[in-house]
Amino acid sequence: MGILIKDLETAIRDAFPIIHLEIEDTSSGCGENYSVLIVSPAFEGKTTLARHRLVNEALKKEIAIMHAFSQRALTPAQYEVQKADKQ
Amino acid sequence: MLRNLVNSSVSKVRSLIHHASLIWLTQEAKQQLEATVKSSPVVLFMKGNPAMPQCGFSRAAVQILELHGVPPEKLGSFDVLEDSSLRSDIKEFSEWPTIPQIYVNGEFIGGCDILLSMHQSGELEKLLVKEKIIQPAPEESTNQ
Repeated sequence: MGILIKDLETAIRDAFPIIHLEIEDTSSGCGENYSVLIVSPAFEGKTTLARHRLVNEALKKEIAIMHAFSQRALTPAQYEVQKADKQ
Repeated sequence: MLRNLVNSSVSKVRSLIHHASLIWLTQEAKQQLEATVKSSPVVLFMKGNPAMPQCGFSRAAVQILELHGVPPEKLGSFDVLEDSSLRSDIKEFSEWPTIPQIYVNGEFIGGCDILLSMHQSGELEKLLVKEKIIQPAPEESTNQ
């Protein structure tokens, strides 16, 4: 059981306008555990909990067939700040 | 043609009955969970228990709470691996698909990701102090 990374990517891109997206299969290629970073203007003005709920709702079917799902949801502005901090 | 009509009606009725029984089951469980999430100042639904977590995300949640000095007597922990109906009921109740789940004074906070990010931003400490779960840290004294 598991989901293909490209199917997960499609589901995310269908649900949100994407500025930047990172998907990592943390189950060593088994498609069971995923960690995602979603950067989207859809998250503006929302608390972290609200953003996570939005993502959980949009990816309900996909998450239901994973063992583990970890997410970070940033606005484009937050992502730029994070990138700048790293440099 | 008639068979198709009958089959589709039968499956519609089946689906209604299935959903009705889900809702009926959840009502009782819902009331129980409403009490459970308030049963301690911090309530944690996890895999395993604080002494022996059975999953990395659950372990991380426990470690963060311990790091902030949440007293053990204020932490109520529930092992979803011991109770498979709890495992599915709490996901429906919280409308949250994963374990661990953290509640503070009966309010859903989030899972491990959110707890970690609140820990890093200082939000978690503020929350725990505000909800009187931990004491505020003493002011740093500077020696001139």
